[in-house]
Amino acid sequence: MPFFVSNGVQLVRSFLIECVLQSTQKKLSLPTMSETSESKHQIFKQGATAAWPICLGYFPIGLALGVLAQKAGLPWWAMAMMSIMVFAGSAQFICVAMITAKASIPAIILTTFVVNLRHTLMSSALAVYLPCISRRFLAFYAYGITDESFAVNMTRFRAGNWNRWQALVVNHLANTTWLVATVTGALIGQFVPQGAFGIDYALTGMFICLLVFQLQGRIYVLTGLLAASISVGWYLLIPGDSYIVGASMSAATLGYLIKQHYRRNK
Amino acid sequence: MTFVDYLFLFGGMGLATYLPRALPLLYLAHKQMPHWLTDWLSLIPVAILSALIAPSLFADAATRSFDLGKVELLVAIPTLIFALKTRSLGGTVLVGMVLYWLAGMFI
Repeated sequence: MPFFVSNGVQLVRSFLIECVLQSTQKKLSLPTMSETSESKHQIFKQGATAAWPICLGYFPIGLALGVLAQKAGLPWWAMAMMSIMVFAGSAQFICVAMITAKASIPAIILTTFVVNLRHTLMSSALAVYLPCISRRFLAFYAYGITDESFAVNMTRFRAGNWNRWQALVVNHLANTTWLVATVTGALIGQFVPQGAFGIDYALTGMFICLLVFQLQGRIYVLTGLLAASISVGWYLLIPGDSYIVGASMSAATLGYLIKQHYRRNK
Repeated sequence: MTFVDYLFLFGGMGLATYLPRALPLLYLAHKQMPHWLTDWLSLIPVAILSALIAPSLFADAATRSFDLGKVELLVAIPTLIFALKTRSLGGTVLVGMVLYWLAGMFI
């Protein structure tokens, strides 16, 4: 046990040191016009201003996840490990739920992959605003792409007064908050009675809001309704967890075909 | 689970999370993705979220049967309205939790 504990602490420490080192190194080696004219302090402040609503939102969700993880039998160092190695809120919730349901490790990894496949789209959309930038920066930046940081950074990039360093600050402040909140949740979990404060509903609440963020037109609403019906039908008829992959892929394909149909008939 | 189990699990999950975030940024950034793919991908998030959430609202997990009278569904309605009105992630989570907690006490 002490080995794992010190291991967890070291993981956290080396991660944080690496974050600082990497960002300063890159700033020193690759200065551009906009970066030299602004101090590091200002960049951090602007990033933090954009990030605070995310951090505020992450805290109760992260706390809830930590408490649920503790109830599922995960020690705090495993929670820290997961938040550092995975950093994907919804996938982490699903992982905890699947561990509780005694799902196999490959099944959890496959579900994570399908659930996080949506980030390919966000990553592609962000690529437009990060042209001619070193692959090392991009590889580091990609780690912090989440639904929330994507939404915030994309809005600012579109407005035009945003650079990659501020975007990176947003990503890593959100990540740090997430780590602190989930580990705190795992540590206090044993003092929280089962089902208290409605924590079992945190994931549902988060999904409802993320779903609302996605409704950008009629075709999205229609695809969502199709996915919901197919998913419930699939869930009732076929045992196991294939309903997530099956229903989302079929609904997106149906939605795409419907969209094509209307486009052609216009 | 042992430390090694966790390492395998989180390592695999980490890759499954990181690759979809990094590969498009690293390799598709300078190329154009086919139009049909971006169109299809744009519908994936809404489909996944809906597919994930719907069975927990409309079906009983223990018996795996259709159920329209779940507390989860009842709470989802005001939570959805709150999310539509405010578009606040933290607020929606808190409202959902509090309503679910209260519903559990009174229903």
